[in-house]
Amino acid sequence: MTAEAWAPTAPAQTRHRWRLPTRLRNLELLLLVFACAINGAAILLVQLGALGHVDFALLYYCAALAALVFLLHVCLRVSAPHADPLILPIVTVLNGLGIAEIYRIDLELGQSGWQSAGVRQIAWTAIAVACAIAVILVVRHHRMLQGYTYLFGIGAIVLLLLPMVPGLGRTVFGARIWIAVGPFSFQPGEVAKLFLAVFFAGYLVQHRDALSLVGRTVLGVRLPRLRDMGPILVLWALSMAVIVFQRDLGTALLYFGLFLVMLYVATGRVSWVAIGVVLFAGGALVASRTLPYVTARFQNWLDPFNPHVYDATRGSFQLVQGLFGMAYGGILGTGLGQGRPATVPLAQSDYIIASLGEELGLAGLFAILALYLLFVSRGFRIGFSGRDDFGKLLAVGLAFTVALQCFIVIGGITRVIPLTGLATPFLAAGGSSLTANWIIAALLLRLSDTVHDQPRVVV
Amino acid sequence: MNRELKRVSVVVLAMFVALLVSTSIIGAVRSDSLAADPRNSFTLADARLAQRGSILVDGRAIAKSVPSKDQYKYQRVYTNGPVYSSVTGFFPVNGAPTGIEGALNESLSGTSGSQFLTRLTDTLTGKHPQGASVELTIDPSLQKAAYDALGSLKGAVVVLQPKTGRILAMVSRPTFDPNTLAGHNTAQLDATYKALLAAPTRPLVNRAIGGNLNYPGSTFKPIVAAAALDSGTYTADSTLPDVAALRLPGTDSYVHNAERTKCGDGNTVTITLAMIRSCNIPYAELGMKLGADTIRAAAEKFGFGHAFDIPIPVTPSIYPDDYNVPQTGLSSFGQASTRATPLQMAMVQAAIANGGLVMQPNLVEWVKSANLHTLERFTPKVFDRAMSEQTANTLRQIMVEDVKKGVASNATIDGVDVGGKTGTSQNGPGLPYTLWFTGFAPAQSPKYAIAVVVEDGGGEGQSGVGNTIAAPIAKKVLEAVLKK
Repeated sequence: MTAEAWAPTAPAQTRHRWRLPTRLRNLELLLLVFACAINGAAILLVQLGALGHVDFALLYYCAALAALVFLLHVCLRVSAPHADPLILPIVTVLNGLGIAEIYRIDLELGQSGWQSAGVRQIAWTAIAVACAIAVILVVRHHRMLQGYTYLFGIGAIVLLLLPMVPGLGRTVFGARIWIAVGPFSFQPGEVAKLFLAVFFAGYLVQHRDALSLVGRTVLGVRLPRLRDMGPILVLWALSMAVIVFQRDLGTALLYFGLFLVMLYVATGRVSWVAIGVVLFAGGALVASRTLPYVTARFQNWLDPFNPHVYDATRGSFQLVQGLFGMAYGGILGTGLGQGRPATVPLAQSDYIIASLGEELGLAGLFAILALYLLFVSRGFRIGFSGRDDFGKLLAVGLAFTVALQCFIVIGGITRVIPLTGLATPFLAAGGSSLTANWIIAALLLRLSDTVHDQPRVVV
Repeated sequence: MNRELKRVSVVVLAMFVALLVSTSIIGAVRSDSLAADPRNSFTLADARLAQRGSILVDGRAIAKSVPSKDQYKYQRVYTNGPVYSSVTGFFPVNGAPTGIEGALNESLSGTSGSQFLTRLTDTLTGKHPQGASVELTIDPSLQKAAYDALGSLKGAVVVLQPKTGRILAMVSRPTFDPNTLAGHNTAQLDATYKALLAAPTRPLVNRAIGGNLNYPGSTFKPIVAAAALDSGTYTADSTLPDVAALRLPGTDSYVHNAERTKCGDGNTVTITLAMIRSCNIPYAELGMKLGADTIRAAAEKFGFGHAFDIPIPVTPSIYPDDYNVPQTGLSSFGQASTRATPLQMAMVQAAIANGGLVMQPNLVEWVKSANLHTLERFTPKVFDRAMSEQTANTLRQIMVEDVKKGVASNATIDGVDVGGKTGTSQNGPGLPYTLWFTGFAPAQSPKYAIAVVVEDGGGEGQSGVGNTIAAPIAKKVLEAVLKK
């Protein structure tokens, strides 16, 4: 990072010179300009590739979005000057690439105005960034959240149950994870994951001592006491309920994986992980035998090219066409606006990664994966350097949801694991996911700032 | 806590490494085999933009793709479009191709499995992909003669090479110009297609191998004769009762001969004479004695009930399996619910001309990739033996007699012995007849087997017969190659 040349002020401090707040913020500004340049170029390339000319109307919308992101940057200068300088640029570039690709598929499908997912995604981005600004301004210190631990827990349960409320819930592609009010639809589960992360962090900080206690040793593994099994069983039951009643394998895996990792980090007991993996694998195995939609998912994963599986009603058509699309993109891709991403069903939402893989190629996918990894590592860095357990756990939990969600979606599309419908963070079309993930980014920004404020005790 | 965090970091790193590996496998390692999958819509869409291979007749392109400046990059052009449309079909930019364009679409577009290597080298060398070319078995002079001979009549002509099954001519009229369906203006294309589809003359139907199929009428009699002679119970001189009217058992319906008289002079008539004079009553009697199962078994050996791919899919000709005795009687002169394509009836004559062997009909001489690599080559294939060689020779003589002295006299060609059988099938009270001629020439060593069908009575309602309308067409077609 050669921020020196750009920094207007350079106080003569020898150690950690670049950690000075103004330098952090200037680096962020520089990277933000770069991110916006990438996004603008992506939109331009899409227009040149698919339309053959430049359409300024959309560029104005995007410029307005960029202005909003710069507003967030200004808020950080005022309210969280020590915040991590990489998080905002990473999120901005991911969000922008997502908009460019969604817009590209709109062009292929011939959709415009509010009918087009791209314009809606731009609107949702505005809402999401506004939410992030609100979070930065309202949550002045992450300990504020700790006080509402159980409120977040109850909130998460309510959000999860909302789609089951008759008249409010909607079933989309077989999964009952949506609510609809008038023309607006929302996936409360996306926000629930955020609430759960806060709740788990607060709860585990309080109860980690009891959960760390060791019971009997079986086969060399020190098992926890049976009476402490309550929380993990409740979480297991919750995720199984999501699989059975909401028919959403990916979300169940996300919640349970999040809990397991936070539990492990809080207690340091590998046995919890072992118990959790056995419980979930057992549940998933039973589900794959008894629930037709899960059976189909497993079959599609194991034998997608079999003509019978390919042509079946819940068959592997989408999975296989997605693979074809990415293979068609090859190493360098067709170029933005020059492929045929709309060939694959749900190319704008669940399958945005396959669409990007086709047009940006393997090189583009590697860059996107690197951005995610960098984002997650910034979160973990906060976890490493944090001084209070709540902050550490929360940072790890939030960063891990992003990592796990990426793995579940991209792993599903690329046949690492069975395909389950989840939104790719920041990229996929969909307001709920976008808002939730921007709030995660805002919380990580806040955490990185407050962590810095605290006196350093032990590294 | 940091120790645990480190371990979790390693797990997260492993997760991302898994994703890097999986995306690499798809995007780089296996991308070629994924691209070669016939279900790959991405490469299929590319194929639509590739330079499609030509369809050739005698080395000359009757369908080819020439560069165009619009988004489709190439324009399909058909030479003598209407003459060959029954064979080529058409290739619309916004729909499914038909005819050879459809049946050999993968080869022509370059997406067939055998062209994988060519496609791969094209991609590597940056050459624009090209499809394979297809040479047809069609003889241009026969095709043109058949097209002209049918003129404005509604019908079809098929000419086969009896020894091999090569289809030398295949014409269905009225037809269309495939150039009108090859345009790049999709709205106009849809309008043209709809108009052709709605036209009462049904020009898009290929009557040579499909459509509603016609009653074969008397052209079916050789099949009954073949079954009878092969049964061992009958010879060509076996006699059948000769009456002026035959009441079908268990009904009030009567069968008459075409002239409403007896067939011969005595009380009996031979199988040969009944064929030459095309008498219905003796054949109804013969058929009822043989039974529907025997006739069906014989018909199926000729190809009835089989869906041939030439490689255009052919509608199977029908000899139903639920005939009662009177229906069996009617079916013996090609009525009841018996229906056949001209291709099938040409195959019957080809089998007689080929010592009883039925050859698989085919239109494709060879398929060659853009770099002149032969991907497919015509090889004669036997479909079945329809009758003994002796029976075939006997029937061949009867067929020649039929043209020389019988009711197929209008197919006579000076200096060449022609064998054949006419047919005049009834479509119901007051409806115009369907007129047939099926035959072969030259009789000594047959090079051509032909079937001509004319629908709607050839414009003459119930006045025209096979010999007056269909036989002269066959004569004109065969003369184009025999009288040189």
